[in-house]
Amino acid sequence: MGEIRALIVDDSSVMRKIVERMLRQAGLAQLVVLEAGSGTEALDLLRAAPVDLILTDINMPSMDGLEFLRQVRAQKLAPRAPVVMITTESSEEHVKEAIQAGAQGYIRKPFTAEQVKERVLPLVMAA
Amino acid sequence: MTMSLRESVEQVSDPENLDASVDEVFRLMLGVDCRREAAEPVPEKESVTAVVGFGGLLSGACVFSCGSRAALKIAAQLAGMEFNGIDGTVKDAMGEICNMLAGAWKGKVPELAAHCGLSVPAVITGRDYELHVQAPEFRLHHGYRFADASFAVTIVCDGLQ
Repeated sequence: MGEIRALIVDDSSVMRKIVERMLRQAGLAQLVVLEAGSGTEALDLLRAAPVDLILTDINMPSMDGLEFLRQVRAQKLAPRAPVVMITTESSEEHVKEAIQAGAQGYIRKPFTAEQVKERVLPLVMAA
Repeated sequence: MTMSLRESVEQVSDPENLDASVDEVFRLMLGVDCRREAAEPVPEKESVTAVVGFGGLLSGACVFSCGSRAALKIAAQLAGMEFNGIDGTVKDAMGEICNMLAGAWKGKVPELAAHCGLSVPAVITGRDYELHVQAPEFRLHHGYRFADASFAVTIVCDGLQ
């Protein structure tokens, strides 16, 4: 696997670092991480540079993760990058809404490095 | 069909749900096992409190609080780095733990998981303050400890549809 450019979107800087750490533990050795603290910031980053993977929280101020995802798809930003939601929202309804908005994966907080490996690596390999 | 939790208030306010949520968050994200203990007032003058609001079928809040020394330890365990003082990252860590506690707790009841939203966390730091939240429906207030860090988690419900 070559270089993987991953965009991590979460209003918590601590959570962004945790997700990065778990991605590296999952085996993504050649990982380049872009971070955004909001959906707006993330859209700006996507317009400026391509990514291979997007991981985003849902509950964020101003623009939530679902609206961010809808904007990503509507503006055709990173069309081949799988999107994985990492969120405290756990209901089936939230999962369905995320899939309908264009997400390929869903991880509920709290989570383990093993869950990140199981749910993210296959998507990255298939992309 | 109108959703109503009023008839399931015993299930919603089951104290074991809160214990299970704390265990899940601290075991999975911090790698530590917590044990229940009496929720004593924080002995330190300086403390940190994180609050996440609930809205929807249930309105109320999840409150996560501890003394400043415990906050440094908890943040270090979550972030994998050491802290010398209560800075923005420590407050962020406390807010994120409260967020996960609130999400894990509401996820224990399917109707809450689907029809109760969470606010973004608010974190309060300071000395000699008390937090009082009206809770006409129910209040769960539990103390926990891992190593030499003790903390309290409170779920208050001021409205149930």
